[in-house]
Amino acid sequence: MESLSKRAKVLEKKPMTLAERAYLPAIFQGLSITMQHFFRAATKKQVTIRYPEETRPFSPVFRGLHVLKRDEAGRERCTACGLCAVACPAEAITMVAGERKKGEENLYREEKYAVSYEINMLRCIFCGLCEEACPKAAVYLQADKMAPPRFERDEFIYGKDRLVEPVTPDNRSKRGIQLTPEQADKLRASMA
Amino acid sequence: MSPLFLFLSFVALLSALGVVLAKNPVHSVLFLILTFFTLSGHYLLLNAQFLAAVNIIVYAGAIMVLFLFVIMFLNLNEETEPHKPALAKFAAAIAGGSLLLILVAALRNVSPAGYDPASFDSQIGMVDRLGMVLFRDYALPFELASILLLAAMVGSVMLGKRETGERNF
Amino acid sequence: MTLPALGWQGLVVLATFGISLLIATYCTYAERVIAAFLQDRVGPDRAGPFGLLQPLADAVKLFTKEEFFPAGANRALFVFGPCLAMITALMSSAVIPFGNFLKFGDTEIHLQGIEINVGMLYVFGIVSLGVYGIMIGGWASNNKFSLLGAIRAASQNISYELAMGLALIAVLMMSGTLSLREITLQQTHVGGGWHIGDIFTWNVFKQPLGFVIFIVCAFAETNRTPFDLPECETELIGGYHTEYSSMKMGLYLFAEYVNVFVATAVMSVLYFGGFNYPFQYEFLDFLTNKTSLSADWAHNIFVLMGVVAMFAKIFTGIFFFMWVRWTLPRFRYDQLMRLGWTILIPLAIFNILLTGGLITFGVIQ
Ligand code: SF4
Ligand code: SF4
Repeated sequence: MESLSKRAKVLEKKPMTLAERAYLPAIFQGLSITMQHFFRAATKKQVTIRYPEETRPFSPVFRGLHVLKRDEAGRERCTACGLCAVACPAEAITMVAGERKKGEENLYREEKYAVSYEINMLRCIFCGLCEEACPKAAVYLQADKMAPPRFERDEFIYGKDRLVEPVTPDNRSKRGIQLTPEQADKLRASMA
Repeated sequence: MSPLFLFLSFVALLSALGVVLAKNPVHSVLFLILTFFTLSGHYLLLNAQFLAAVNIIVYAGAIMVLFLFVIMFLNLNEETEPHKPALAKFAAAIAGGSLLLILVAALRNVSPAGYDPASFDSQIGMVDRLGMVLFRDYALPFELASILLLAAMVGSVMLGKRETGERNF
Repeated sequence: MTLPALGWQGLVVLATFGISLLIATYCTYAERVIAAFLQDRVGPDRAGPFGLLQPLADAVKLFTKEEFFPAGANRALFVFGPCLAMITALMSSAVIPFGNFLKFGDTEIHLQGIEINVGMLYVFGIVSLGVYGIMIGGWASNNKFSLLGAIRAASQNISYELAMGLALIAVLMMSGTLSLREITLQQTHVGGGWHIGDIFTWNVFKQPLGFVIFIVCAFAETNRTPFDLPECETELIGGYHTEYSSMKMGLYLFAEYVNVFVATAVMSVLYFGGFNYPFQYEFLDFLTNKTSLSADWAHNIFVLMGVVAMFAKIFTGIFFFMWVRWTLPRFRYDQLMRLGWTILIPLAIFNILLTGGLITFGVIQ
């Protein structure tokens, strides 16, 4: 049959030569190839990364574990508008809204805030749509952290205790990436 | 009679009975293998190392493997065992009984030669002696037997060769 | 033989037994490291330095796994199968000469479990029994795949035993003895003189064709890749040990390594001069004349070097087995049978004729 693409390679099946039929030359060829690999593995650096001690670098656009941001004064940015929950295709986010009381102005930036805010990391597909949806620039996916494996399912539901970033500038992040010491110093100066 | 001989004979008889009495054919075959082992033990007691080894290699190692092989394929077990008519059982008992009778009659008058420590030759039954006997006194039958076996082997190789024409697998 | 000598011989048997087990244990480790290196990986390196405690960790794991009996299995035979596989594997190492004899005054300790004058037939007989462990275990599992694996093992072993036996006959024709010790002792120049080493007295140079046949059959008899069709994961799940778990499974895996050890030991005795090593008599000469050692100790050191040489040969053989395993893919079953019956057996018969001809015309003795 005429080939449609005209790119098919016609393979001719020649009868095998004696050396091919004897099979042993081919075996020795194979053995020599594996032996080369043996010495390569024994002498040169292996490609294996010994995981817990060594890690591969993350890609700069990696989307990992979520963080709930604070502003420069250390107040939580989230206003519990629910846009992230609506945007979430996996329906991984739930929250309960509450009203800010007198005297809590240094804790929450807006008058309405999230009393509880939970992300189920088993449902989440790390698409980053919550980050896109947030009008307050409150939720980000960190580029350098992953949700680690755990034994129990309910341990994967991350509450505010594990999502909201700490107040100290050294542990803060920008667009989900850990601040460098210089950036942290700058932030500390602006907060003071 | 040494205790070793008594022990071996006891096991041999017991396992031979097991061959006949076991309900499961696979058990029968395993008992038969045990019987061959005890027979090899007897050969060793008689200083026939070569015979003992060959008995193990040929009977226990090859023929019984084929027995087991076939029986495993047949998938015989207690449920599928065909009912044997009483006549067949009766005929089998008669045949076996008469064989026993003949054996007893033949062995009744045998007196064991015993052995004389002075003239005992420790090399008797060793490989080189056996070879001498086979190739001096029994050269012709030995060669004929070997040709027979060789012909069987060549035949099996020929059967194994792929026939020209269409391949079925 | 006096009683103390008998006691020493018993110790040698025990030591052989222990060494077989130890080597089999570390074969499991070596197999993984070699496999890893051949595939540019690292292999086990977590348990202890360089992962050397890995076999221990495996043993603990196997012992603590669940003991499982499949429904409808023949329980007695199900347990008997792996035991038999292990017993037959261990039995054959008793007659292998790992070295000549050590001398302490009047006591001579032969570094060989038992010397029997049909040693080779003994090994051959035990090897032919090895398949029972697999057959019984496979049948008793009451599983189609196990049964198929068992049946494959049976027919494969019988087919390759034939070619192996015929290849061995050629060696026998040259050596004229069945004793493994004497076959070893024949593969050396006796007496002084400066040789290019004793290497060219090894049988492998007199029997190259027989050696190739023997090693192919050894692969088939030990059920190693490329002939591991009785287990064959791609077709039979795990073959005869599909239903096995826990230490019963461990015994099967272990028996395979003991078999490999014995096969390589027999191979080095039959074809690679056993405990002979190049320049050994020059070495003995040097020890007795140029050093202040007593005659006994010179002899003992000379013999111990032979043991080292023997084990070096065995380890090279084991490495070769593993190297082949991680290089070649598995044969198809019909290819296996065709190779055995239509190629190896005719070649082996031809080899016997050739050897006979060469002996008649006095080219080799
Ligand atoms: S990353 Fe995607 S799936 Fe995960 S919580 Fe945000 S929107 Fe939902
Ligand atoms: S994280 Fe952003 S989008 Fe989600 S509730 Fe808070 S403010 Fe709204």
